[in-house]
Amino acid sequence: MNTMRKIFDKSSFLVPLVAIILGLLCGALAMYAGGYDPWLAYSSLLKKLFGSPYDIGEAIRAITPLIFTGIAVAFAFRTGLFNIGADGQFIMGMTGATIVGVTLDLPWYIHAPLAIIVGGLFGGLWAALAGYLKAARGVNEVISSIMLNWIALFLSNYIVGTYLVLEGQQKSKPLHESSLVTIKWLSESMGNARMHWGTLIALLGLIVFYVVLWRTKKGYELRAVGLNPNAALYAGMNVNRTIITSMFISGVFAGLGGVFEILGVFGYQTVMASSWGYGFDGIAVALLGGNTPIGVFLGAILFGGLSYGSAGMSFGADVPPEIVRIVIGSIIFFVASHGLVKFFLKPFMARRSGKSKSEGGGAR
Amino acid sequence: MVRSTTAVELKGITKRFPGLVANDNINFELKKGEIHALLGENGAGKSTLMNILFGLYQPDEGEIWVNGNKTVIDGAGKAIELGIGMVHQHFKLVQPFTVAENIVLGNEPSKVGFLKYRKANQRVRDLSERYGLKVDPQMRIKDITVGMQQRVEILKTLYRGADILIFDEPTAVLTVQEIEELIEILRSLSAEGKSIILITHKLKEVMALADTVTVIRRGKVIRTLPTSETNERHLAELMVGRDVNFQVEKSKQEPGDVVLSVDSLQMKGEQSKNVLDGLGFEVRAGEILGIAGVDGNGQSELVYAITGMRSVNGGSIKLNGKDITNRTPREVSVAGVSHIPEDRHKHGLVLDFTLSENMILGNYFDPQFGKNGFIDFKAMDVLAQQLVTEFDVRGSGIHAKARSLSGGNQQKAIIARELWKNPDLLIAVQPTRGLDIGAIEYVHKRLVEARNQGKAILLVSFELDELYALSDRIAVMYEGRIMGEVDVDNRDDQQLGLMMAGDAAAAATAEGRK
Repeated sequence: MNTMRKIFDKSSFLVPLVAIILGLLCGALAMYAGGYDPWLAYSSLLKKLFGSPYDIGEAIRAITPLIFTGIAVAFAFRTGLFNIGADGQFIMGMTGATIVGVTLDLPWYIHAPLAIIVGGLFGGLWAALAGYLKAARGVNEVISSIMLNWIALFLSNYIVGTYLVLEGQQKSKPLHESSLVTIKWLSESMGNARMHWGTLIALLGLIVFYVVLWRTKKGYELRAVGLNPNAALYAGMNVNRTIITSMFISGVFAGLGGVFEILGVFGYQTVMASSWGYGFDGIAVALLGGNTPIGVFLGAILFGGLSYGSAGMSFGADVPPEIVRIVIGSIIFFVASHGLVKFFLKPFMARRSGKSKSEGGGAR
Repeated sequence: MVRSTTAVELKGITKRFPGLVANDNINFELKKGEIHALLGENGAGKSTLMNILFGLYQPDEGEIWVNGNKTVIDGAGKAIELGIGMVHQHFKLVQPFTVAENIVLGNEPSKVGFLKYRKANQRVRDLSERYGLKVDPQMRIKDITVGMQQRVEILKTLYRGADILIFDEPTAVLTVQEIEELIEILRSLSAEGKSIILITHKLKEVMALADTVTVIRRGKVIRTLPTSETNERHLAELMVGRDVNFQVEKSKQEPGDVVLSVDSLQMKGEQSKNVLDGLGFEVRAGEILGIAGVDGNGQSELVYAITGMRSVNGGSIKLNGKDITNRTPREVSVAGVSHIPEDRHKHGLVLDFTLSENMILGNYFDPQFGKNGFIDFKAMDVLAQQLVTEFDVRGSGIHAKARSLSGGNQQKAIIARELWKNPDLLIAVQPTRGLDIGAIEYVHKRLVEARNQGKAILLVSFELDELYALSDRIAVMYEGRIMGEVDVDNRDDQQLGLMMAGDAAAAATAEGRK
């Protein structure tokens, strides 16, 4: 419960809120300078987000993978590792799910869970590889995992393009219906937005993230290693094994993000020219959220909501995509720059605390 | 105007921080050419006062007079201009730069933007010769010893023309030999007419070095007096505010069975040299074996070897007759070994864990702290509360981060945790490093209690006083070997010093005298 209290102190709400407002103002300025109507643009953004059940559903669809990759990066951060390879693990997760979904034909109650597990394992093992290299050979995980991103991309393209390819197309054969995890009734009631069970799993993932790190002995070890590996060694923890475990768990989360894009959204996998970047966005989400479960949740909503809603700005207010990116960029910039926002807030905060002090004195 | 004989005078300095008066109406006078010690426990307000003099803080009340003129020091730049230099406890040097580069930093001899290396080197050489501070201007900081780095810090202040030198706990990081060299340096600086303020909490240094001493307690000046009119005991009383017991109560005790036996231990170092080189000794139940030696002669490695934190290449370690050579730290701990580590921040605590979480570090896997892989936070808190009460660990409660505790309380917490494990063997490395007198007294009392309860204790320390006060036997370590043992009842620092420097003849005499 202490952790919860820590997350919810006063400035932890105020600072992001002010940051978002500053970002919106900055974006408005950019649009105004470019001759576009910021008011119309922002109302189009909101309309795109909340305008119809379909849009709400699709926004949730866009947020879901960011929750997964956000957890993945935040989890690794908490244990002292920078998993910049969540992108590659995401792709491996997709590929694992696609292989099981295309090649096997099983009853649904086995097929879908198997595809999820295999995809998660693919992601986990891919990350564990970087963890192993760090633990056994001291290879910096940033370098190894960023390289593994590229290997994952081309490996999965090769697998899809060679073994699973749909004749004459740049994508895999469709997955068997039994492996999919879409929620038909929900999709139908939300204007055919692509709803799937992965969103629920992502929310459960946030709880798992919290419980594992802050409630279990394994989590105690992981956090100790992250905060002070020397003290962890002194306390009889196996630091190297912990590094591998941590990367594995982190990779499973990233992999699951990829799994549900395949099983819940597309139902096939394309040969990709470049990655979708969910892994990298996960880094931003984790940082925005201060590597806490609730923070990751809110960060994913902000990030996913902005990327999805921004399409509305081009559509509704004719704002070119470049300026849309500037708007998103400035919001993220201010949210990430805690120090800068606190600087803006300082005069207000100081005045208030000064006032409360003198009031306290008067009462006495 | 009459030339003033006073270098610095602080009049009625008061500095308040939220919830604390760090300096309360302090008067302080530094005469020209004297060494003036500022003595006080951790947190007494010494550093605050000096930071005010060096311009890092502004006083809320009071005046600063330098060389007979009233001044306002509004930054380190102004202080340097007035000829005030500060040698910080934690050196502020650029590691990859050379000695000369560090010294001239901020005031480099240059021509159209190009640094004149030869001139810089020459200036540094001149300075170092003039004050007898031997350094090689072309060596890189990361390659020289800590004592040498301190000389670079001193030269840096001299290079900037300082006449008033402030030393903040200068001996905290030095070895016995380096301390002696520093004492020489300070004497020669004062002979050259420099005025020196020495911030410290070590009584011995005050008596050996200073002309005058000002004792501060809880932000107030207690007394200013010449060192010729006082002694260590009296100063300790002034500093702590009560009578201090230097001598630990310790009765003779017949040791029991052998608990730890180490035999011909070998460990390879970074280079091919052996850091442990055929080392062997025994510790029995109910005795304290002190390990003396100059830092870096394999003491840390010995402790890492016994506790399983580093593996050895040969030899054996037995605990109660059972072999524990090259076991994991957890296996060694479970077998009955507790360890108070040398560096409480690096090894002893996870500073960003709560005090409570730190209390189960090393025991967290025990089923009493939770089953099925979960941690039983209630059991953890109960233990933490019990230990905090029993060992009088003061801070803002068991849910405060370990980082927020003072050094003495952090150390108490570690000792509490390690003794709670009820070990057969307790390894204590530098257990009182950086602690003030009150805390040292407490730690010593606890260690002797543990010995009286029949625990075997291996004490590694660089403080000879501590070794003599606590140990039943003292073994001297040199280059990864035991040089021999000295007689604890007839203290002979001369002989011990020679043995610590590797003199075999001295070791032989010591053996003979036993």
